[in-house]
Amino acid sequence: MIPAQFDYVRPESLSEASQVLASDEDAKVLAGGQSLLPLLRLRLAYPSTLVDVGRLPELKGVHDRGDHVFIGAMATHDEVMRSDVVRAGCPLVAMAAAHVADPAIRHRGTFGGSLAHADPAGDLPAVVLALDGVFVARSAQGEREIPAAEFFVDYWESSLGPGEILAGVKIPKLGEGWGFQYEKFHRTAQAWAIVGVAAAVKRSNGAITEARIGLTNMGPTPLRARATETALQGMELGDQLRQACEEAAADTSPPADLHAQPDYRRHLARVLTHRAVRTAAGAP
Amino acid sequence: MTIQQEAGREVGRPRKRKEDARLLTGRSRWTDNLSRPGMLHVMFLRSPMAHARITRVDVSGARGLPGVVAAFSGQDFAAEQGSLPCAWPVSEDIVIPDHPPMAVSEVRYVGEAVACVVATDRYRAADALEAIEVDYEPLPAVLDMKQALTADSPKVHEAGNKAFSVKINSGDIEAAFRDAPIIIDRTYRQQRLIPCAMEPRAVLADTDGDTFTVWSATQIPHILRVMLAVVTGIPEHQIRVIAPDVGGGFGSKLQVTAEEVLCLLMARKLGKPVKWAESRSEGNLTVHHGRDQIQHIRLAADADGRIRGLQVDLLADMGAYLMLVTPGIPMLGASMFNAIYKMDAYEFGCTGVFTTKMPTDAYRGAGRPEATFAIERVMDELAAELHMDPLEVRRRNWIKHEEFPYTTISGLTYDSGNYEAATDKATAMFGYDKLRAEQADRRDRGDPVQLGIGVSTYTEMCGLAPSRMLGEANYAAGGWEHGAVRMLPSGKVEVITGTSPHGQGHVTAWSQIVADALGVPFEDVTVLHGDTAIAHKGMDTYGSRSLVIGGIAVLKACEKVRDKARKLAAHVLECSPDDLEFEAGAFKVRGTESQKTMQELAWAAFTAHDLPDGVEARLDSDATFDPENYSFPHGTHLCAVEVDTETGMVKIRSYVAVDDVGKVVNPLIVEGQVHGGIAQGIGQALFEEAVYDAEGNLLTTTLADYLLPSAADLPPFSLDRTESPATSNPLGVKGVGEAGTIASTPAVVNAVVDALRPFGIHDIEMPCTPERVWRAVSEAQEGVRR
Amino acid sequence: MPRITVTVDGIKYEEDVEPRLLLVHLLRERLGKTGTPVGCDTSNCGACTVMLDGKSVKSCSVLAVQADGCDVLTIEGLGVNGSMHPMQQAFHEEHALQCGFCTPGMVMAAIDLLREDPDPSEETIRHGLEGNLCRCTGYCNIVRAVRRGAQEMGQAVRTP
Repeated sequence: MIPAQFDYVRPESLSEASQVLASDEDAKVLAGGQSLLPLLRLRLAYPSTLVDVGRLPELKGVHDRGDHVFIGAMATHDEVMRSDVVRAGCPLVAMAAAHVADPAIRHRGTFGGSLAHADPAGDLPAVVLALDGVFVARSAQGEREIPAAEFFVDYWESSLGPGEILAGVKIPKLGEGWGFQYEKFHRTAQAWAIVGVAAAVKRSNGAITEARIGLTNMGPTPLRARATETALQGMELGDQLRQACEEAAADTSPPADLHAQPDYRRHLARVLTHRAVRTAAGAP
Repeated sequence: MTIQQEAGREVGRPRKRKEDARLLTGRSRWTDNLSRPGMLHVMFLRSPMAHARITRVDVSGARGLPGVVAAFSGQDFAAEQGSLPCAWPVSEDIVIPDHPPMAVSEVRYVGEAVACVVATDRYRAADALEAIEVDYEPLPAVLDMKQALTADSPKVHEAGNKAFSVKINSGDIEAAFRDAPIIIDRTYRQQRLIPCAMEPRAVLADTDGDTFTVWSATQIPHILRVMLAVVTGIPEHQIRVIAPDVGGGFGSKLQVTAEEVLCLLMARKLGKPVKWAESRSEGNLTVHHGRDQIQHIRLAADADGRIRGLQVDLLADMGAYLMLVTPGIPMLGASMFNAIYKMDAYEFGCTGVFTTKMPTDAYRGAGRPEATFAIERVMDELAAELHMDPLEVRRRNWIKHEEFPYTTISGLTYDSGNYEAATDKATAMFGYDKLRAEQADRRDRGDPVQLGIGVSTYTEMCGLAPSRMLGEANYAAGGWEHGAVRMLPSGKVEVITGTSPHGQGHVTAWSQIVADALGVPFEDVTVLHGDTAIAHKGMDTYGSRSLVIGGIAVLKACEKVRDKARKLAAHVLECSPDDLEFEAGAFKVRGTESQKTMQELAWAAFTAHDLPDGVEARLDSDATFDPENYSFPHGTHLCAVEVDTETGMVKIRSYVAVDDVGKVVNPLIVEGQVHGGIAQGIGQALFEEAVYDAEGNLLTTTLADYLLPSAADLPPFSLDRTESPATSNPLGVKGVGEAGTIASTPAVVNAVVDALRPFGIHDIEMPCTPERVWRAVSEAQEGVRR
Repeated sequence: MPRITVTVDGIKYEEDVEPRLLLVHLLRERLGKTGTPVGCDTSNCGACTVMLDGKSVKSCSVLAVQADGCDVLTIEGLGVNGSMHPMQQAFHEEHALQCGFCTPGMVMAAIDLLREDPDPSEETIRHGLEGNLCRCTGYCNIVRAVRRGAQEMGQAVRTP
């Protein structure tokens, strides 16, 4: 199908982009367009103007900033999954980025675009949430840092204000002793996650000292499996892990759709959390 | 004339396809690639309601918008659009409702066209659609077949929701079931499928004032031509239909569509070329769907597993209207439920039901996969009931190879086959015993990942079809095919076929047949098709019929050309035709060195300097072929799946297929057909389902929701063949287009159920999604706990 | 209307385009490059895959304005002097196409996956093609073709 008409601007700078966005509430940011274009083609979205930030140098690249990795909003999934900086500093992000859609879409789709789209079925939001990433937003008023826990508001809604553009995300490096796993459960390779689980687990002397678990598609936003995170603390690898992961679906409100009902999603969250935690913890 | 596969012969060789070059280099002629001077673009506005009265359509808002040439509602076509045809009135009691190409007063499924815009480009047309206003008065949707048949159900059509009912009996079914030690009674659901040929439909219609040319992404240019004439009243000789390159069909382009009729009418109204190209989401809504049956099947058996009788009762969802062969689809399965098995009695009943959904019609296999699925599932249930290996229960019942030809309980005569040979080969390749041992081990260990082994020993009725049998089945047309062969002056050969390939490789395969029959090089043969002005006669491509019927028609035409050449050669060589032997493309005077090649004879016919009296100056001929019987490919497919009982995920671990499609013209093409068929059958087993919500909206309008398997979702398939030549045609071929699809769906589902037998599970509804598997497992486990 | 400059299969074009014009429609309807077909509207099928600045993209999900200043390679620009690219040739040799509608996109995706892994395993090939749907072949012969194409291309590089 064919998109409806819209205007198009390609600003030279981030500040120019945010001016356009601030002046027109029906204007939308165009990043890689991999989520937006299908919506436009199905005429499910009617933006007045697309503000193409895809070429802004300020939004590009992946940067090692000592205690954290800064991933520019316009870094593509393909860049992110292959970046040595990401693989070394926050391997979980690279793992999940490799699960986004398919290779051609990963060439165009961007890290920031995908997160700002705030689709709880996307693979990256749960990962950034699990890693306590910090979103850096820019507007005419300057720069604002938004903790991941406050970024995702509802289905397809972030806390970015009018005129605010996501510049990038700071992913704290976790240091020694951590292991990672992203478990994506979907029916076909290119399908969206029915449920996904992002796990980062730290072990010391055989026991888990800290666990962080992000859940994909278990509610209107990505969620942390806090109860399981707490239960896992101090645990040795063994049968009791499963017990701790039984709490993984606590306080979730998963959607019902063509591919799964909520009770099945809750079940999957438990099973996949167990698997992700075991793998992240290096269990045989 | 029988052609043997032997050294020096083309038939039997894995020839690379002649069709490939343009497809590989981006020079394909898809309908949507075509352009005509002054061409306009059409887009349709479609009903968002499953069932409603149309109280007002106002297209005036669209007229006058930039680029808009015209806008029409159903009223504008009412006087000329006729009714879309149904060519298969399967019973006396059948109700064939009026089916206007564009709805005028009532819509009966979401997606039915209610208005359209013609504009200078498709972007303008899409914009203008939004300016059309339509008022609907909602009527109740009718979605569930069983409810639709109740007395108080809302009606899809005034005459009621029953389209037809059929009952067929053979043998004493009551006796077979009376006191039967074992009765298996099951109900299976054949979910609704969306064919999803990769090329969406497209139509281009043009006129020069007198005549009309319609290019369409169709499987059936010849049938379309006559039907367009019947529907619109435009004389047949003024319509030319061209199927250019067509990107897959699988039955979905075996149709006379609303869009074809309407584009033709708009070309006439506007005197301009108009093109419509479907979007995928439009296509998911409005390309006819496939399957959608509820199958009640009962099997009576003796304690040793011998089948006594089989009783089948179908509800078949017709959707809102009867399209070209809609009611015939379940009937194509009527004689196939008994499959390869011997039994004393058989009863088949079928009721066609109207619902407010997209009409159903042919989809790869068309009626036969449904039948094969049900019987092969039930055979596994019988085996489970008897604690017998599923292959053993089949062996006890199938027709033995020495019993061919064999007339089945449903009255078909299977001419050839060897189920033992195919099964032996398949089990060896599969490592059947070893996998059974691993399965036992996993069961013993309580492994969360269980192994399942699925068996499917299928046969199918191919080569649609003998005209006489089609007539007996009340089908409105015949089943012959036409072929023509002409030697060009230089000795090259032009073949014209009435079949209409859209991926099957007829150009290559027919070239092989002709090369052997005329003794000319494979490279010297070209094959023309898909244009009613070039191939004036044909019945087109579907039902695994093209080689079995169309290929033979070409062979028959070659025989006639050879007979003509023989006479000419005898004249030129001054001998009697009986003194000539045909060898390596030349007629030789027996016992001498003197000879004339086909090329020389072609030139002689062209120059015509020295023709015998009464002989025309041409080396060409044509022929039709109409077989006396269907062909019956068969085979044994074996599938191993790993079922993760914690998540419900099914993973196919290995898949072996041994098919017997008779003699093979091109093994490369045969293998490709089987590969693709298996993948589509797996699609039905595990992934695909057209889902309507409670209001009758289709939820699976995009490929994000209607899941097709990608390369990453399928395993490699291991293939082999056995060969029992068909006796109904001189090449001994049986057809292969549908075999894989027919066989694989039950093989996969049998494997899934087999993996879950220890849980007491005896069915998973298709598609076997992880959620369905998980629910079955958890319900079974709860049952145990209780 | 924005004016864009885009190089397609080695030829530079300057076009005034509506912002909403999809790259695939620029190729097909403006530049006459119908070798790249459209198979869906949600970027699932991959039939429209082309190379944009050397990387595979789905041209139905890129606006023509986004391709401004870029280099596009389509199936039509793959062969050199009328001969087929080794990957096209490999698809022919292995009977990796039937109807051929997915083929242009499939060939582009296949070439793209070799950029990262010139000697891919079956698994890598299958995952590398997960964004390209084929309804005819069951993928078996496509996987074989990609392996053959990879070998031929490796050969082509090694043999000066």
